[in-house]
Amino acid sequence: MNQLTDKQLRIAITGNPNCGKTSVFNSLTGLNQQVGNYAGTTVEIKSGVLTYNQKQKARIIDLPGTYSIYPKSKDEEIAIDALINPSSKESPDVILVVCDASNLKRNLLYFSQVADLGKPVILVLTMMDIAEKKGLDINLVLLSLNLGIRVVPVNPRNGKGIDKLKDTIFNTLLATQNHLIDIYNLAPDLITEERIRHPEFNDFQCFLAIYKNQREKLDDLLSEETIQRYSAINNILLDSVTQKTAEKEQFSNRLDKILTHRIWGYVIFLFILFIIFESIFSISKFPMLWIQNSFSWFGDFFTSHFPEGPLNDLIVNGVIAGLSGVIVFLPQIILLFAFIAVLEDSGYMARVSFMMDKLMRRVGMNGKSVVPLISGVACAVPSIMATRNIENWKERIITIMVIPLMSCSARLPVYTLLISMITPDKMLWGVFNVQGLILMGMYLIGFFSAIAAAWVMKFLIKAKERNYFILELPTYKAPRLKNILLTLIEKSRTFVWEAGKVIVAVSVILWMAASFGPGNSFAEIDAKYANKNLSNELNAKEISNKIKSEKLFASYAGHFGRFIEPAIQPLGFDWKIGIALFSSLAAREVFVGTMATIYNLGDESNSLSIRDRMMEERDPITNKPKYTMAVAFSLMLFYAFALQCMSTIATVYKETKTWKWASLQFLYTSGLAYLVSLVIFQVFR
Amino acid sequence: MQTLVDLKKGEYATITAISDNQLKLKLMEMGCIPGETIRLSQIAPLGDPIAIEVQGYTLSLRLSEAASIKINNIIPKTIKNKSFSA
Repeated sequence: MNQLTDKQLRIAITGNPNCGKTSVFNSLTGLNQQVGNYAGTTVEIKSGVLTYNQKQKARIIDLPGTYSIYPKSKDEEIAIDALINPSSKESPDVILVVCDASNLKRNLLYFSQVADLGKPVILVLTMMDIAEKKGLDINLVLLSLNLGIRVVPVNPRNGKGIDKLKDTIFNTLLATQNHLIDIYNLAPDLITEERIRHPEFNDFQCFLAIYKNQREKLDDLLSEETIQRYSAINNILLDSVTQKTAEKEQFSNRLDKILTHRIWGYVIFLFILFIIFESIFSISKFPMLWIQNSFSWFGDFFTSHFPEGPLNDLIVNGVIAGLSGVIVFLPQIILLFAFIAVLEDSGYMARVSFMMDKLMRRVGMNGKSVVPLISGVACAVPSIMATRNIENWKERIITIMVIPLMSCSARLPVYTLLISMITPDKMLWGVFNVQGLILMGMYLIGFFSAIAAAWVMKFLIKAKERNYFILELPTYKAPRLKNILLTLIEKSRTFVWEAGKVIVAVSVILWMAASFGPGNSFAEIDAKYANKNLSNELNAKEISNKIKSEKLFASYAGHFGRFIEPAIQPLGFDWKIGIALFSSLAAREVFVGTMATIYNLGDESNSLSIRDRMMEERDPITNKPKYTMAVAFSLMLFYAFALQCMSTIATVYKETKTWKWASLQFLYTSGLAYLVSLVIFQVFR
Repeated sequence: MQTLVDLKKGEYATITAISDNQLKLKLMEMGCIPGETIRLSQIAPLGDPIAIEVQGYTLSLRLSEAASIKINNIIPKTIKNKSFSA
């Protein structure tokens, strides 16, 4: 990966959420970082390389923020497992515990737990400037003496202290910390017993092993431990921290009076959402067009410069088309995640969770579900991963289950095509664009059905544990550009890799299904037209189009389409739409490309011509236009509800570690889609 | 016995105990230790959740969780002004 040998130092960065941990990680590694599967698990952890004095290198991993060594959420589990699992290959040599100096007491609780693991630790203090504004005077020498370790204050914004931190890392290879409490005395018998099994463990490691395997035995000892730790920390802080001036009312509190105001709070939130969606659609239009054009240029270039044949066809219509289907959504996804990253980094998102929790709770979710749901408008894959910080299992599962109902960006091209077929590009009362209104309606349908589905699931899914919403409201901070850029790189990479590999794979399979047919049916078509070609006055282009569409009919995909036709006929769909529905399993927007292929148009990127061709389509029996209002709406609603996305299914499997939820999700969304489309078509036909 | 639910906005109180065993550890880890002084700083627009100042930071929790935090020694906001241990 990073060409590191086993001898090189392994460093783990850990700390409470909102302590500036990731900024420290970014300052140490710069762009030299990547997200990778962590030690054989499916969980992804950020890692990077730290170079010291141009020759020494170390591998750093950035663990998700954690409040305690006893994990409560999926995120925390990942972090703690990396730290305490002794068999882990990534088991760190040095642990950097990052603590927010303006919120030292609670941050030190976690520090003292990590320190008791017995590994070399360094305390990294961030937000010294904020602590100073709060009137806190921290005596670093006394703090360091009391804890028995090196304390390094840093400011990732201007890089102050980072060099000192690097020096400290490479010179701290011995554990020197003091133990703040006497763990052995909390449970002498249990620890003695555990030590027989693990003679190499220290007292706290034994305690953690008991926690892991026989939690019920510890019972009240855990809160007793916490009380003792806080009391020890209190004594240290009494010694090393003085409050100089009385606190003034903080800026954050004043800002909260407006941002969480009972009326203005919601008005501001809705306004921010409006700005986000407005800019996603207006700004990302342009880069999306460039991407589309460059891919079709590249495809044309490939077609014309390399020998014709199945391989050429596979690369152009399978791989390049698949890749283009992934990359084209990057602008929208990057923009949406940029907004979310800014709002999250500033501390505003915690307030949104605070304001929305009561509403979300009524439908079985949590205030923390709001961010994943909003992100669902871009792409379900990273949104499902973003539910990891929801502690309660039931609330997290419900959130994961309803995210795909939010209209993701892949549905947009489908909606756009179908809407343009049924309504003219006109203005209503001179202000509202009719097409825009219908599009907005589709997004609202997605949102409200997600809420309704969550409400139903609240009664169907049994809770495993007591749910709660205990969330820190961090002080407001100016977002850091570097963090945001790195977050965007990470999210885009997740999208391109996680969604991308599935989309490309399915595109290739679809290409094969559409390019080959049973028996020698394809050869017969070729033969038929080879004869005609000699005498017929049809031009070459028309003939090639006819061949294409007849081959599609005869292909495996065509057979499949006709096989499922009886099932989708009640929804108003024919076998051609059947193929498109099936191919949408790669990614929904593939619908547009498939329609282009089916209606034998050479140029796939021109959606206007697809629209015109589809509007000309007549029903073979009644000879009326095929795409009536009823068919178009039925199809749009089918796309709004159905989970036609292999990447999402794969992600749900990975996050829940069982096929149960992935398959239930697929079944309920498909059932819902079928039902709604059936009703719409039968009522309005 | 009074709980955090009885506290009005701006009032201070001292935590005496946490009654819910399932939440006890999480709440204590977040700084809600018996003997600690807290202040009710915010109430969400819909009346629930609420936010308290504890250990020098702001923590939000639902009323159902607040009900498990037992308190005494309520001090109205007019008498005690600002004096917090950091």
